[in-house]
Amino acid sequence: MAEIEKVIVCEKLTKRFGDFIATNEISFEVKKGEIFGFLGANGAGKTTAMRMLCGLSAPSSGSAAIAGYDIYKEPEQIKRNVGYMSQKFSLYEDLTVMENIRFFGGIYGLTNQQIDSKTKELITTLGLENETKKLVGSLPLGWKQKLSFSVAVLHEPKIVFLDEPTGGVDPVTRRQFWNLIYAAADRGITVFVTTHYMDEAEYCNRISIMVDGKIEVLDTPGNLKKQFNAESMDEVFYQLARSAKRGD
Amino acid sequence: MEAIRVNHITKTYNEGKVKAVDDVSFSVGKGELFGLIGPDGAGKTSIFRMLTTLLLPDKGTATVDGFDVVKDFRQIRNSVGYMPGKFSLYQDLTIEENLNFFATVFDTTVEQNYHLIKDIYVQIEPFKKRRAGKLSGGMKQKLALCCALIHKPTTLFLDEPTTGVDPVSRKEFWEMLRRLKEQGITIMVSTPYMDEASLCDRIALIQGGKILSVDTPDNIVNTYPDRLYAIKANEMYLLLKTLESYPDTSNSYAFGEYAHATFKNNDVSELDNYLSSKGLSGIEIKDIEATIEDSFIRLLH
Repeated sequence: MAEIEKVIVCEKLTKRFGDFIATNEISFEVKKGEIFGFLGANGAGKTTAMRMLCGLSAPSSGSAAIAGYDIYKEPEQIKRNVGYMSQKFSLYEDLTVMENIRFFGGIYGLTNQQIDSKTKELITTLGLENETKKLVGSLPLGWKQKLSFSVAVLHEPKIVFLDEPTGGVDPVTRRQFWNLIYAAADRGITVFVTTHYMDEAEYCNRISIMVDGKIEVLDTPGNLKKQFNAESMDEVFYQLARSAKRGD
Repeated sequence: MEAIRVNHITKTYNEGKVKAVDDVSFSVGKGELFGLIGPDGAGKTSIFRMLTTLLLPDKGTATVDGFDVVKDFRQIRNSVGYMPGKFSLYQDLTIEENLNFFATVFDTTVEQNYHLIKDIYVQIEPFKKRRAGKLSGGMKQKLALCCALIHKPTTLFLDEPTTGVDPVSRKEFWEMLRRLKEQGITIMVSTPYMDEASLCDRIALIQGGKILSVDTPDNIVNTYPDRLYAIKANEMYLLLKTLESYPDTSNSYAFGEYAHATFKNNDVSELDNYLSSKGLSGIEIKDIEATIEDSFIRLLH
């Protein structure tokens, strides 16, 4: 039986800033096509960990392979094989929808033909036919975030990292956004996502919760609720994060 | 007396091209904890800025403590506290210096109103010599709240104080608000988190510059007109797609580990069979009470 490909494998991954251990020996694996929720309180070490996994920051110790590439030796290969979106950095506000898509397509090294077909597909999927010539800055936040996600997976990366992609987005658009996530995972793209909405934690196949730099638990939402004898993920999170010593 | 009254207020930008607030009216009673609930871009911040006299309305009138937001702006500025969504304290002053500065500007002292901020201030006091720019998000939020309270305002305006804040800190923040309310301070707070709405006395649901509904959280939930079902199955994505294709579905969407849905004629007798025929298993269907989020989704639909 063929084993499902592991696209993230990290072992005892650690990042120190002077005396402060932001990320403390985290170890876990994520499979191809999995939606993995990476949760934790503000200041638990999520962003630091995510920056290492994207090849943006070198670890202090430990090892990790992302999309099969070594985090120390092949950070450039990693960047080519991952997509990244955050609430803060989305797209160029003073470029149009079309210009943004073409720009990022070019950055990701797609050919003109690929860019043309991808652009068409993306515009239709998002229903943006009448907005292609509008500046991204003039779009509502929800649309920006959907567009931003679609651009982050334009080059069909193996993994897409999403850092609080739905913060401040209305409940309907938040769900449309998750439909895009499900569709990407269905195509085999691994989704690595952080969120402060605990209902969204339920949409993940598995989740980890970080407390004070360490991964405290890692399991399916169902199993975690059983383990903590909790009705909701909100309760699980509350029980765990309340024990945190470190402020954010 | 009412603490806040807003009469048909409108605010546009870009020479009228962008309507941020569109003919909005509501009032807030003295000592009430009033929530303005809506997504980014709904017009919440514009309303806050008009009520705190930082922005002039195009049309309509508003009063705070009986003072007109245009004519009596000086009185309003003396009597309200405002915590903007963006951190706006002096980054290169310490915690202590910021607090003293705001007390002095309002012609008072930290000692005089210490009882109002004590609960919150003790949490950041160990770091009082640290510059505000070097504080973490949660600590900045607590300091900003202290600075907004130090002149003993009658009304407190808090613009998205919990956006981007984790669930545990959010809960703690709302407990602080509850205690302030007990001291008699009127609080108007905005948030994109629907679960926080239920913690307010009354809420206004706002979208696209218009108010969709103003009521107590209980009434908003109780007047949900359709029968709402929670549905669970072994595979969420397939379940959502299948519900969408089911001919009797009026509206369906994911809601945590369940999907929520409403149906034409409230008839779900055939649903179980339909879902199984599409390859789903472990099916559970139950009717449930709506939440604020369900009500909001229905209003947006």
